[in-house]
Amino acid sequence: MGVSASAPGSTDPSLIRNFCIIAHIDHGKSTLADRMLQLTGVVEGRDMRAQYLDRMDIERERGITIKSQAVRLPYTAGDGRTYILNLIDTPGHVDFTYEVSRSLAACEGAVLLVDAAQGIEAQTLANLYLALENDLQIIPVLNKIDLPFAQPEKYAAELAKIIGCSPDDVLRVSGKTGVGVAELLQATVDLIPPPVGDPDAPARALIFDSVYDTYRGVVTYVRVVDGQLNSRDRIQMMSTRTVHELLEVGVISPDPIPSKGLGVGEVGYLITGVKDVRQSRVGDTVTTLARPATQDLGGYRDPKPMVFAGLYPLDGSDYPELRDALDKLKLNDASLVYEPETSVALGFGFRCGFLGLLHMEIVRERLEREFNLDLISTAPNVVYRVRMDDNSEHIVTNPSEFPDGKVAEVFEPIVRSTVLAPTEFVGAIMELCQQRRGTMDGMDYISEDRVELRYTLPLAEIVFDFFDQLKSRTRGYASLDYEPNGEQAADLVKVDILLHGDPVDAFSAIVHRDKSYNYGVAMAAKLKELIPRQQFEVPIQAAIGARIIARENVRAIRKDVLAKCYGGDITRKRKLLEKQKEGKKRMKMVGRVEVPQEAFIAALSTSDTGAEAKKK
Amino acid sequence: MPGHPPEGAIAPPDGQLSDRSLSRLGAQSLSAYVHIPFCASRCGYCDFNTYTADELGPGANRADYAGTVIREIEFARGVLGATTTPLHSVFFGGGTPTLLPSNDLAHILHSLRDTFALAPDAEITTEANPDSVDKASLAALRDAGFTRISFGWQATAPHVLAVLERTHNVDKALAAVRAAQEVGFEHVSVDLIYGTPGETDDNFRAALTAAIDSGVDHVSAYALIVEDGTRLGAAVKRGTVPQPSDDVAADRYVIADEMLSSAGLEWYEVSNWARPGGECRHNLAYWRNADWWGFGPGAHSHIGGTRWWNVRHPSAYATRIDAGKSPAQAREELTDADQELERVLLGIRLKEGLDGIPDDLSAPLVSEGLLEQHDDNLVLTRQGRLLADLVVRRLT
Ligand SMILES: Nc1nc2c(ncn2[C@@H]2O[C@H](COP(=O)(O)OP(=O)(O)OP(=O)(O)O)[C@@H](O)[C@H]2O)c(=O)[nH]1
Ligand SMILES: C[S@@+](CC[C@H](N)C(=O)[O-])C[C@H]1O[C@@H](n2cnc3c(N)ncnc32)[C@H](O)[C@@H]1O
Ligand code: SF4
Ligand SMILES: [Mg+2]
Repeated sequence: MGVSASAPGSTDPSLIRNFCIIAHIDHGKSTLADRMLQLTGVVEGRDMRAQYLDRMDIERERGITIKSQAVRLPYTAGDGRTYILNLIDTPGHVDFTYEVSRSLAACEGAVLLVDAAQGIEAQTLANLYLALENDLQIIPVLNKIDLPFAQPEKYAAELAKIIGCSPDDVLRVSGKTGVGVAELLQATVDLIPPPVGDPDAPARALIFDSVYDTYRGVVTYVRVVDGQLNSRDRIQMMSTRTVHELLEVGVISPDPIPSKGLGVGEVGYLITGVKDVRQSRVGDTVTTLARPATQDLGGYRDPKPMVFAGLYPLDGSDYPELRDALDKLKLNDASLVYEPETSVALGFGFRCGFLGLLHMEIVRERLEREFNLDLISTAPNVVYRVRMDDNSEHIVTNPSEFPDGKVAEVFEPIVRSTVLAPTEFVGAIMELCQQRRGTMDGMDYISEDRVELRYTLPLAEIVFDFFDQLKSRTRGYASLDYEPNGEQAADLVKVDILLHGDPVDAFSAIVHRDKSYNYGVAMAAKLKELIPRQQFEVPIQAAIGARIIARENVRAIRKDVLAKCYGGDITRKRKLLEKQKEGKKRMKMVGRVEVPQEAFIAALSTSDTGAEAKKK
Repeated sequence: MPGHPPEGAIAPPDGQLSDRSLSRLGAQSLSAYVHIPFCASRCGYCDFNTYTADELGPGANRADYAGTVIREIEFARGVLGATTTPLHSVFFGGGTPTLLPSNDLAHILHSLRDTFALAPDAEITTEANPDSVDKASLAALRDAGFTRISFGWQATAPHVLAVLERTHNVDKALAAVRAAQEVGFEHVSVDLIYGTPGETDDNFRAALTAAIDSGVDHVSAYALIVEDGTRLGAAVKRGTVPQPSDDVAADRYVIADEMLSSAGLEWYEVSNWARPGGECRHNLAYWRNADWWGFGPGAHSHIGGTRWWNVRHPSAYATRIDAGKSPAQAREELTDADQELERVLLGIRLKEGLDGIPDDLSAPLVSEGLLEQHDDNLVLTRQGRLLADLVVRRLT
């Protein structure tokens, strides 16, 4: 034992255990990590705060983990030796499955956490399968056993059944009270294999995260597989062959601690002074210039954006700021994609691709908060592939760009989804999936009273309000997971919304023909409430091609004058006028119609996001 | 003075005006407004700076009020200097001025006369509630020099008066007008409110007919405004009273304009109609952006491009006056741009119209039928009057 044995750069790989905590959202991963931080003494009691590793404001406010966090914990085990545990706390929300999968690649084991009052849920299964694909040693753990309505027996049996172990192998802990956490730490040492690598081979380290920090530039998180990386080494990125000098190497415990180097099996960070994470791409392999490796470690596939939306600055002159902000955010978030677009109604902005609605909400919130921007976003949509009669093809990420002319076939993305719920809700769930054009792939009982339903569904049908509907029809008991599963041809049409005869590009939507009428009627009715009366009557129409499917009217304004005895308070009148004029400046002109920004915001808002991963 | 006062710059304790404003004094007529912040009860729709005996609390005594105002009059003399033009008009508004004894109003008026002098043809108005006057009190006011009286009728239908929480009835309203005519007021006016929830077109026509038949030479008609912080505002928010409709208000405005003009009362300002010669000179002074000093708590003043407003609470007001300090809460020096904006916003409301507007701004409004060109001036059409704020936004 002693300092030297566990000092970064010279830790004996046999004393290292690399694992992540994976679970369904809210099952207590970050809280369990807190106890581990405390038990191993890296965070003192008085410095502790709940979900210590959730460092971003937005994580703390929403009470969810968005980014994986790695932390190095020195732990003295039962055999008296000090081991190095590299723990990675991962997010639970389906939008961030990608974060989980890249964390897994840095580990040999995974703690699969299950809330003892909830049992297995959809992301428990999804994350378990990911871990198994990565050949990780699974440690099944029931959490929250302190809860009065916890059912550890029942859920231990459930968990044992899906993993194929004995219920007695399932550990029981409470991240809240700390019960069982010491035993869990010991189990990680006992059960998880130490990393294997060749200390004498050319260095190879896998980049599993890359973060932009205003003060330090890009901070790259790596797991060393072979060899050694030392401060002042000249390192090379194997995919691009670019060379950087290692200004700093270190470990996170839980604050960054610089070290001389990182050795086989170790997890830590690198700082090279580069300013762009694209020069330090997640999935790339780092080697040294002096002794380069020949074979990279095989990275990750880039995550594919699932939903798209236009983001526009409320104040058109903020466009350059928005572009800069997106560039900066992209440094931290490789899954964010965007390209410039223009909207007749909204001006200059960007079409952005997101992993899901929560991701979209978070990106937007971060842009607004960290970069001080006021944004308006169009309703999110999925990507369509349109084949024309002449066999030409269009990829449509913006509904208003849906091609006119002779469309042969339209393809939409589909997902394979898993819903877990108590058996009593099977009927309700099937009905909902039916309404959303789903086809059932199968159904299994995971225990006596709980089932797993598998459906193939169009992504467009589940990405918006499906989760809300599911929750409300199952009194909150159902959970949902999904993964992309190709595309299917469908009878889809573009519905345009016209104001005073002019189509408003930002309001166009691609919907299934059977639902187009309802969509048109609802949108026209919504807009009627939002568009202020003008000097002339404004018809609001919903149309498919040239065919009008819904119509409303905003009648002409008849009175716009304050006629009260004002007793000489002219100042107030003038201020009011100035305010009205300000308001008018923020109006967008659609043809001759003045549309207040608020109307766009309200009309485009999806109050029903599937992204309400907030704590109750 | 409705609502809450705007923010402004700090007003100096001695009330001293800028050289710029003082030098402009005399370029326009000078008027006086006297605010009387008392009412017997508060009407549900009203957010004027007025207080019932209950609301007032100790420290602000109605009996001392006239004396306090008279001290502000002396203070004003000090600020404006020894030479001003005689007052062109005096207007007592409220609140309910006639809740004070006629004698108190007379004292204030005489103090103004003695301090500033009254023009020979000065118009001296008081507002009044029909149930706060009788023939004797009216006669006393007439004797004291009041030439004009404006009664808050608001409505005549009992159910409308009830929604407005008015304490008088139509007989009182008619009697008050008759009494004022009998004691010799040269000009009598009534205020009406239209668009009250529950009021029908016919209810409003009946109120107009009653006003016309009573022989008044001036009518003000205001669309009911639901103000925040009033009982009516709260009821509308709760949904127990419907929000008055702009379309209904527009219909009623057209009814008023048609009925009054065919009875010989022509519009001269968006919400004011008069027989020739019956126009309220004080009112016109506001819209023409003339100078006036507003006395009393919450009163607004305008002198030569400076606007200020007094502290709102009568006790705070009295404390300042007693300490020999300006009662102004804040003031603003208008920039040239502010003044041009105000010229348009005020002037366009008058039948005499507005000049000096560039053609490219006015031409579209003329072709849309909201403005008419009368010689050099632009005048609102009836439709334009209903959209006057919109017109102003487009002209500025
Ligand atoms: N009673 C009880 N509550 C717990 C326990 N562990 C966590 N919680 C609570 O469960 C909620 C979720 O905890 P987190 O640690 O944020 O869960 P998470 O799995 O990290 O959530 P995501 O990162 O968003 O997926 C919080 O309100 C915790 O206080 C436990 O052992 N007992
Ligand atoms: C200063 S007030 C008071 C006059 C007097 N106290 C009375 O009520 O009879 C002058 C006029 O403003 C009008 N008024 C007051 N509050 C109003 C509101 N909320 N909406 C429309 N007009 C209003 C009424 O017609 C009232 O007569
Ligand atoms: S009487 Fe006149 S000032 Fe007094 S509360 Fe009623 S409307 Fe307002
Ligand atoms: Mg977490």
